[in-house]
Amino acid sequence: MSARTSFFSLVWQRLKSWEGFLIVILALVFVLNSLVAPNYLSVGNQINLFILNIERIIVAITMTFLIINGEIDLSAPSIMGLAACVTAYLFNAGTDFGTALLIAMSIGLACGLFNGFWIAIVGLNSLVVTLAMLISYRGLARVFLEDRSISQFPGWFNFLGQKNLVGPFPLALIIFFLLLIFAVIVLHYSGFGRKVFVIGNNKDVARYSGVKVPRVKIILYIASGLVSALAGLLLAARLGAVRGDLALGFELDIITMVLLGGVSIFGGSGSLYGVFLSIMIVLNIRNGLSLANYSGHVQTAVIGILLIGSVLIPNLAGEVRVKLNRRRQIGRSQDTAAEI
Amino acid sequence: MNFLIRRFRPEQIRELFLVFLIFLVVVFFSIEIEGYFNARFVNRLSTSVVVVAILAVGQTLVFLTRNFDLSVGSIVGVTAYYVGWQLWHHPEIPPMAAVLLAIGYGMLMGSINGLLVAYGRVPSIITTIGTLAIYRSFLVESTHAVPITTNNLPDWIVDLPTVSLFGVGVLEFRALFAIMVLVVIVFQFMLNYLPFGRRLYAIGSNPDAARVAGFPAQRIVFMAFLLSGGLAGLAGFIFLSRFGNISVLAGIGLEFASIAAVVVGGVSNMGGSGTVVGAFLGALLIDLLENSLFRWQVISEFWRDAILGMLILAAVAIDHVVIGRLRTIWARAGLQMKTEEQQDKPEVESHVG
Repeated sequence: MSARTSFFSLVWQRLKSWEGFLIVILALVFVLNSLVAPNYLSVGNQINLFILNIERIIVAITMTFLIINGEIDLSAPSIMGLAACVTAYLFNAGTDFGTALLIAMSIGLACGLFNGFWIAIVGLNSLVVTLAMLISYRGLARVFLEDRSISQFPGWFNFLGQKNLVGPFPLALIIFFLLLIFAVIVLHYSGFGRKVFVIGNNKDVARYSGVKVPRVKIILYIASGLVSALAGLLLAARLGAVRGDLALGFELDIITMVLLGGVSIFGGSGSLYGVFLSIMIVLNIRNGLSLANYSGHVQTAVIGILLIGSVLIPNLAGEVRVKLNRRRQIGRSQDTAAEI
Repeated sequence: MNFLIRRFRPEQIRELFLVFLIFLVVVFFSIEIEGYFNARFVNRLSTSVVVVAILAVGQTLVFLTRNFDLSVGSIVGVTAYYVGWQLWHHPEIPPMAAVLLAIGYGMLMGSINGLLVAYGRVPSIITTIGTLAIYRSFLVESTHAVPITTNNLPDWIVDLPTVSLFGVGVLEFRALFAIMVLVVIVFQFMLNYLPFGRRLYAIGSNPDAARVAGFPAQRIVFMAFLLSGGLAGLAGFIFLSRFGNISVLAGIGLEFASIAAVVVGGVSNMGGSGTVVGAFLGALLIDLLENSLFRWQVISEFWRDAILGMLILAAVAIDHVVIGRLRTIWARAGLQMKTEEQQDKPEVESHVG
């Protein structure tokens, strides 16, 4: 009996947490969308949703690590663009395509290392560094391609980007899920993950406890650079063409997904489960709204409202509760005073 | 040396250093580009820096309280469009009223940000990422994407960017630049001498201490966002008069430009440190680089952004290293002076005794 109540109280505890809140929202979105479009919840449609935004979602995983760590990487979309542009440029110049991909990945690594160096070793602010590099890497991407658009990549590259690889799953989706599982293990079930949280909570305490803060940060930035480059290549493969403005302006979308997932912008708390749920919510809201013929701007605004509301409403509710309690206490003390 | 240390703080030397950097950039490009530095270039620069500089002033106020305002790009877009729309349909509106209207629109949007951040306790980055999208979406949806063109605007606003108050030869002191100088001076004065300004620093350096000390923290943060919105509205008005043709996508990216200016100008994003003059110098340095790289024939125009980002990083990194060194020198000197004073004191007392 007691086991059963504790089970229910456990479920209730979970539901009261951020993830529970997200699940409720997601269910609501599902129901509303299903009313509009009957075959909405089909597996095919859900997979399709993921595929249309898969690159941002992949980068959101590494962004989660960085934000929990108390840092940020605004330059990720520019690295995506740069990696794709370098590949296209080399391919156009006659380099073997496999080599071009390898070079693009190492450029992603180099970009991440560069960010990490200034942030972790020199100690500059990550917002500043990655904002400067948002401009700079994008500029480099434009230097390679100027205002050309390059397409006609090898058939196998386009195939990997556009066709299903295993069953109904294309390569990008498989990569995403493998990466997500790996990331969950690293962040929530490994020593390294604990270090990420500790540094995000209090960098100084982490340093005094013997955590090598710069090393953790550099590893995270390198991972972010590598994953961004990979996502950029996947986007190039999916679109079949590369231009200098590939992945332009993705940064706010990616950060929104992570923050809606309950990750604190000040670092130190959050979970990948929450981020995954928030990704589902964002994708389904966008899809539902576009089914109802709303433009991309409205979709972004609705997600903005949700983002603000998700923090505002619990705050206001908390405030109201505190005020009510105080009034009740004052009332009680007045009663006792009257009795005396 | 001691005189210098008593007289200046590292933060002030940071501003001198920015002036020095600006000077270096001018010298470098004067050598590289023939006929680079002349009165016409200064005139052009004085017009092009205005929008970002005014935004940077507002952004500084918000930064000082340990917050961000990412929504300024959308506020500029909305005010530029709607003031333009009003002037199109009611050309009789007098110029001052149009400016006040722009500031009013900006303050309205700024107050929404302020309410959410100060009273709703939503982190500013979340609030302003959200309102950035919401304001922009409002603009796109409410206007059906009809652009505003120069032909529809009254003449006075289209001619405003070239109006000069007085001139020395070809060198002009233009009205828009005058507005910006006024804004910088007024807000620097406010930060230095008014209680409200000092409280902005207090809240940013230590929010808890400020609250315990009894400052109305919520109201001050709200005011910072309100003023930032109002200044963004003013910037929107200037944006309208400078470009004349306003689409619903006007002002996208200005939020990052203003943050870059503020950060290069040495305003700390951890709050409590920085000046309006510094933010203006940051905006000027970036604008100077943009305008100069554009004219530099050695590299193609596509290199401009790549170099610009690196230069912003370099400016911040040099600043970090130099200011860090200076701080230690200052701290050491301050300690020395203090111990000297303490050594002096007992002697004086023994004399008296």
